[in-house]
Amino acid sequence: MIGVPLSKRTWLHKLPAGFKLLFIAGATVVFFWVEDPLVLLASLVLVLLVYFALGREAVLRLKLFRLMLPILAIVGAFQFLASGPAEALASVSRLALMVLLADLVSMTTPMIAMMDAFLPVLRPLRYTGLDPSQLALAFALVIRFVPVLLDDWLRRREAWRARGCSHGSWRLVAPWMAGLLRIADRIAESLDSRGLRPR
Amino acid sequence: MQTRDLVRVSLFAALIGALGLAPRFDLPIAAGVPVTAQTLGVMLAGVILGARLGATSVALFLFVVACGAPLLSGGRGGLGVFVGPTAGYLIGWIAGAWVVGAMMRVLPFKSEFTSALIASVFGGIFIIHLFGTPWLAWSTGLSVKNAAIASATLLPGDTLKAIATAFIAQTYLQTFSPAAGARA
Repeated sequence: MIGVPLSKRTWLHKLPAGFKLLFIAGATVVFFWVEDPLVLLASLVLVLLVYFALGREAVLRLKLFRLMLPILAIVGAFQFLASGPAEALASVSRLALMVLLADLVSMTTPMIAMMDAFLPVLRPLRYTGLDPSQLALAFALVIRFVPVLLDDWLRRREAWRARGCSHGSWRLVAPWMAGLLRIADRIAESLDSRGLRPR
Repeated sequence: MQTRDLVRVSLFAALIGALGLAPRFDLPIAAGVPVTAQTLGVMLAGVILGARLGATSVALFLFVVACGAPLLSGGRGGLGVFVGPTAGYLIGWIAGAWVVGAMMRVLPFKSEFTSALIASVFGGIFIIHLFGTPWLAWSTGLSVKNAAIASATLLPGDTLKAIATAFIAQTYLQTFSPAAGARA
């Protein structure tokens, strides 16, 4: 659920990101066909053991997993009523297993390594007019501009409040968006003037 | 892709991220109902950028999330959300933004509000649920009927967001789009 990598390097960091991605893809396919609750529960315990093997910081990440708990509880209750305890146990442990396993990869793979690992998969997109070589630039722009836009939003809202308007901050979305597109066009101009070739 | 489109797509993806991080902002009528604003961003992407660029923008946002940026509302991110029970909705966002953009082009209404409202209801609610519900059913083992019931709990919030999108789109298209140099 929370994808920020661990601060300390662990043995899982050493595995290539592409390998970890393939492993996740394979595990997802396999586990969706496993019906036996005991196998799923055992795998879940195994994944939890890996968390413990990675050290304290990884175990603390498990706390963030509580965001998933309401969904798991609802699914478990529905399944228990509809098809009995075995099915409920299987569904809940499968979901928990998949999410924990995928988070394990996200936790131990830096964002850039993850992007590089995705690139071969995205290469066919070239034929749809989306050039993967521009992806790195787009990626960097997104990461850079989330805090800028968030700050802009909070500033606008503060000004709105300072003028005594406590409600209706949704009215600020349109000017916010217009400002964003103006910034975008200025960035595009400066990229062009610095020699980024449009394709 | 032109540089201008590339940057617009990127910054709109950043906007969807910022909407997820911004402290909940109050929509009209929705007194007290916690509404995550992110699907609002998805609908707006379709309205403002059009079908192709809007869908690209949402896809880029999801890609950044998949690579590990905690930009989904509640600070979620990473691969976990793409194998979780709500992954179908996320994939539906891409299709949803595309449909919203395509409908904005073809709807014959004179009023931007009406067009944006109908486009958001169809693309931003129906299409997203069309992707989300089967995945929810399949990944949790729920029956499709039960998954649809669970899915339906999102409808009040979704409706509000569609209305908000229509208001915002109207304000934007009437007031700001000449200044921002948007192409119709």
